Amino acid sequence: MRVEIDIRNLNFYYSGNNHVLKNINLQIYKNKITALIGPSGCGKTTLLRCLNRIHDLYPGNRYEGEIIFEGRNILSKDIDLIELRSKIGMVFQKPTPFPMSIFDNVAYGLKLKGIKKKDELRERVEKALRESALWDEVKDKLNQSALGLSGGQQQRLCIARAIAVEPQVLLFDEPTSALDPISTAKIEDLIVQLKEKITIVIVTHNMQQAARISDYTAFMYLGELIEFGPTEKIFTNPEKKLTEDYVTGRFG
Amino acid sequence: MRKRKIINKIALTICFFTALWGLFWLFFIIFDVIQHGITALTPSLILNDPTPPDVPGGGLKHAIIGHLLITITATLIGVPIGVLGGTFLAEYGRNWRVSRIISFLADTMVSVPAIIVGAFVYAILVKPFGHFSGFAGAVALAIIMIPVIVRTTENMLSLIPWTLREAAFALGAPYYKVIFQIVYRGAGMGIFTGIILAIARVTGEAAPLLFTSFNNAFTSYDLREPLASLTVTIFQYAMGPYEEWHRQAWGASFLITLLILALTLLGRYLIKRRFRH
Repeated sequence: MRVEIDIRNLNFYYSGNNHVLKNINLQIYKNKITALIGPSGCGKTTLLRCLNRIHDLYPGNRYEGEIIFEGRNILSKDIDLIELRSKIGMVFQKPTPFPMSIFDNVAYGLKLKGIKKKDELRERVEKALRESALWDEVKDKLNQSALGLSGGQQQRLCIARAIAVEPQVLLFDEPTSALDPISTAKIEDLIVQLKEKITIVIVTHNMQQAARISDYTAFMYLGELIEFGPTEKIFTNPEKKLTEDYVTGRFG
Repeated sequence: MRKRKIINKIALTICFFTALWGLFWLFFIIFDVIQHGITALTPSLILNDPTPPDVPGGGLKHAIIGHLLITITATLIGVPIGVLGGTFLAEYGRNWRVSRIISFLADTMVSVPAIIVGAFVYAILVKPFGHFSGFAGAVALAIIMIPVIVRTTENMLSLIPWTLREAAFALGAPYYKVIFQIVYRGAGMGIFTGIILAIARVTGEAAPLLFTSFNNAFTSYDLREPLASLTVTIFQYAMGPYEEWHRQAWGASFLITLLILALTLLGRYLIKRRFRH
């Protein structure tokens, strides 16, 4: 099993010296789904957002330690964030369709990569929409505004937009928490299919979801990584008392 | 209980009559303008050059053209500066302490009397060149427009949720593309509305033009020369001794009221359309 991302002694501070991640060591395996679970405010989302350095948008945030991806520490100053983010994509909690047509939404990342040929764009947009199980629903209205889609469709559109640029890693930040059960099931199926090509890290509040779809689970509490291991082990035979209390619903 | 109800009634009644009092004068003025203006607003008023006061058939072509030239030039100067300034405050400079001060000053600038702006532009663009010019008038109007547009742009951009920007960043977009391709698309209608309302605001100004573009008795297309404008012409004609001038001033007042009404209605329509989504 290959390690895609190796997180070593990671500490993270929000501006104002707010120490949110404490000495995290975690390995994300290639072509597996890794779930980050834990109660609210434990740092799951903060950790996820370190992996594409989206924290850099806000001043005063500070990283310490290393995150090794493709043999380089992505926390170092000379990393090209634009290139990094085209390799490590992200899907957010709430659907974030851009205020433009469905086609343009999916083509956006491709155009950023410099793909201009109409044929190639159309081909790759269709491929991404098929892979995100949205093609049949939108193929006749590619030129309509993406804002007219339902919440579940919008979220699948965001996934299509993210996979169109063929990233190596895709980060999901509670992708189904704003969706109904049917849309949730579709997105879960989709995530499981995607792992053939893409390494996936997913933050979820929903423990059943983590148990259903993930291969590995990391349990976090108050900014620390308490336990990491194969999902089955974390949910059936955890080593730490705290993990057991959380996965059995005694707190959180 | 009874007492509270009575106080409530009294407060309501006072509010009602104050509103009525304000509306009465508003409608009184508008009806006066319509009553006098509607008969004066003829094709010849719009199409003809001015004639000496005793020659019939004169029009305000010079003032209408001057007015349009000055307003359009002011818009061309004010809109880019205003929109880009507002963009800076809401995006690149959002965490910069000075940005808050600039926003505050822009709010103050919105209520600075227009005549002060006129005097300022007189000092920098009229006095040094030795003559009035349409360009100076346009600059004065642009200075009045800029703070309005800066603040609207800033507000409209900050209404766009950060998650949308993050989504674009997460695809590897550089900041300028996020602003121009994503954020502007979301805020475009709101910014455009602000621009329309800013134009409506300056198009009724006379005071700043008195000091800058001044007036011209003939039709001119040259921004380097003094230019007539509808508002200054209304001022001049209304003060003049001739009946025909008074009639034309009423016509011009009606025309400019219609123009501002049209711009404001367009602005309100756009606001409504924006928030229906």
